[in-house]
Amino acid sequence: MIDHLIPILAGAIAAATPLIFAGLGELVSERTGVINLGVEGMMLTGAIAGFAAAATTGYGAAIGLPAGALAGAAIAMVFAFFALSLAANQAACGLALTIFGIGLSAFIGQHYVSYSLPGLQPVAIPLLADIPVLGPILFKHDMVVYLSFIAFALVAWTLAKTRLGLLLKAVGESPEAAHAIGYPVLGIRYGAVAFGGAMAGIAGAYLSTVYTPLWVQNMSAGRGWIAVALVVFATWKPARLMLGAYLFGGVTILQFHAQGLGIELPVQLLAALPYVATVVVLVLISRDRKLLQLNLPASLGKPFLP
Amino acid sequence: MHILEPRAQPSQLMRWTAPLIAILATLTAGSFLFWLLDKSPLESFHVFFVEPLTTSYGWSELLIKASPLILIAQGLAIGFKARIYNIGAEGQLIIGALFGGGIAIHFDGVDATWLIPAMVVAGALGGALWGALPALLKTRFNAEETLTTLMLTYVAGFIMAYMVNGPWRDPEGMNFPQSIMFGDGALFGILFDGSRVNTSIFITLAVVLAFWLFNARSFLAYQIEVGGQAPAASRYAGFSAKQTVWFSLVMSGLTAGLAGVGEVAGPVGQLNLNISPGYGFAAIIVAYLGRLHALGIVLAGFLMALIYLGGEAAQVSLQLPAAITGIFQGMLLFFLLGADAFIDNKLRRPAFGS
Repeated sequence: MIDHLIPILAGAIAAATPLIFAGLGELVSERTGVINLGVEGMMLTGAIAGFAAAATTGYGAAIGLPAGALAGAAIAMVFAFFALSLAANQAACGLALTIFGIGLSAFIGQHYVSYSLPGLQPVAIPLLADIPVLGPILFKHDMVVYLSFIAFALVAWTLAKTRLGLLLKAVGESPEAAHAIGYPVLGIRYGAVAFGGAMAGIAGAYLSTVYTPLWVQNMSAGRGWIAVALVVFATWKPARLMLGAYLFGGVTILQFHAQGLGIELPVQLLAALPYVATVVVLVLISRDRKLLQLNLPASLGKPFLP
Repeated sequence: MHILEPRAQPSQLMRWTAPLIAILATLTAGSFLFWLLDKSPLESFHVFFVEPLTTSYGWSELLIKASPLILIAQGLAIGFKARIYNIGAEGQLIIGALFGGGIAIHFDGVDATWLIPAMVVAGALGGALWGALPALLKTRFNAEETLTTLMLTYVAGFIMAYMVNGPWRDPEGMNFPQSIMFGDGALFGILFDGSRVNTSIFITLAVVLAFWLFNARSFLAYQIEVGGQAPAASRYAGFSAKQTVWFSLVMSGLTAGLAGVGEVAGPVGQLNLNISPGYGFAAIIVAYLGRLHALGIVLAGFLMALIYLGGEAAQVSLQLPAAITGIFQGMLLFFLLGADAFIDNKLRRPAFGS
């Protein structure tokens, strides 16, 4: 059994990586009060930008991830202009961003359909990788997986321990108060949305230049939406987001190991599992209204016009 | 970054001109896009928005595409008024198609007049059921309908994929994920020779009329609107928020289900994985562009249908990918939301001396 379990858990960690990047980005954005439902569109934009950069320069993920981050942040600014500067409905603006991003990525992507990239070799971390069981699960991955650990640590630390984190949370809890003290509420929100876009872009570029590594139209396949749901599941806390992402990584990877585990379900229904699981998880967390209310950033989704 | 300030009174003028401004802005941004792609903007617009309408066949295709968009948007508009955001109409369309198509497959070879009505009822039921699920999750467990309706769209897609790869796969279809082609008795009758326009447009017509009357005359429509605009007042008046959730999600699921049957018993003629080119998502834009008004939605539906047709024409004449349709849709929604911002706000005058 343990022989089965190690590749499944290691696979879950890799599958969770795009969810972690996109989820952490959305979490920061929502902590400042901005709900951006465009994660799916930003991810796809990052995926095609990263893929195009990697394929044309020949430098692979090393150039693909920064390119994805830039493209994600850039397209997030379109959302920010409408949702923040024009104070338009955030949910609808996010939807527009997703529709736009799906179209744009498919449009650009048609030139890259037949390319394939080398991907990234796993790097075993000395000493740590030799720990029995835990070593192969956690420490024999590509560099981007380790980068996701670092990203988590940075976001968690920033939110909990730094002045910047305090400022981000203050803007989300009470933009009026933050504005009255003299902080640039919209500027901070612009920054948080850009960060969310960059992280979603990295998530997309990871999919197209490392995880798959191919460009396929609509390749994020709802992962952007799952990342949005994960933020709710996490009740806006980074550590819980990691937990949720690994859970979903596990559910995603399950379909490839189902036969080995003796699960006899048609492949299409197994593929639907992560989406069903998202609904179940949303229900479980949402039914506890107090828990949600307690953690929900007070100004979430509300436009701010001073 | 602060460029707006609130108006004293919402501008009625902006409410009705915003869609026109959004269309103009989309055309302007579109010209820029064509110019970037080294295509002449004028010629591209001719291909995109004029050429499809130069033949009677083009107009019939416009009608075929507008019909499902209008149908779905009518249902969505109810929910949007109440601020219930069903963004999973695409999934409700798929389940409607599955239910309706199931009848066609089960009774294949039976040539009876009840077949099409039965498929319509089944499709409406299927769509309504797929809309009722998020309604249950919202009213019982407080789960956000935006995320649940969208997740259920993916689930619907996989159920369809399972059915056309498994139990309902055409045994003579060379292993393609598709069902048998439906018999004539399970297809809507063609209205005009040489076109694909069929009798399902009468369903759309009936739904438009029904929703127009409903919005203009019924107390329930009033309750729903109050619930969206002033939740506290609505609760004080004793209007049930749960009833609104159920009604709007079930009705929008139902119309999406009807649209699904219209596709599989119309131009598509079977179950497969491409029964809708994103009508369920585009209908969201149609609903807003039509100002959530039954007749406005009809106009907006035709415009959106033209964007679809233009995308197809651009693929043939300009060698541009059909995905350009999605780019135009996204821009249109962005510009509409941007223009809508000026209903309640105006540009800020620069403050002197500060």
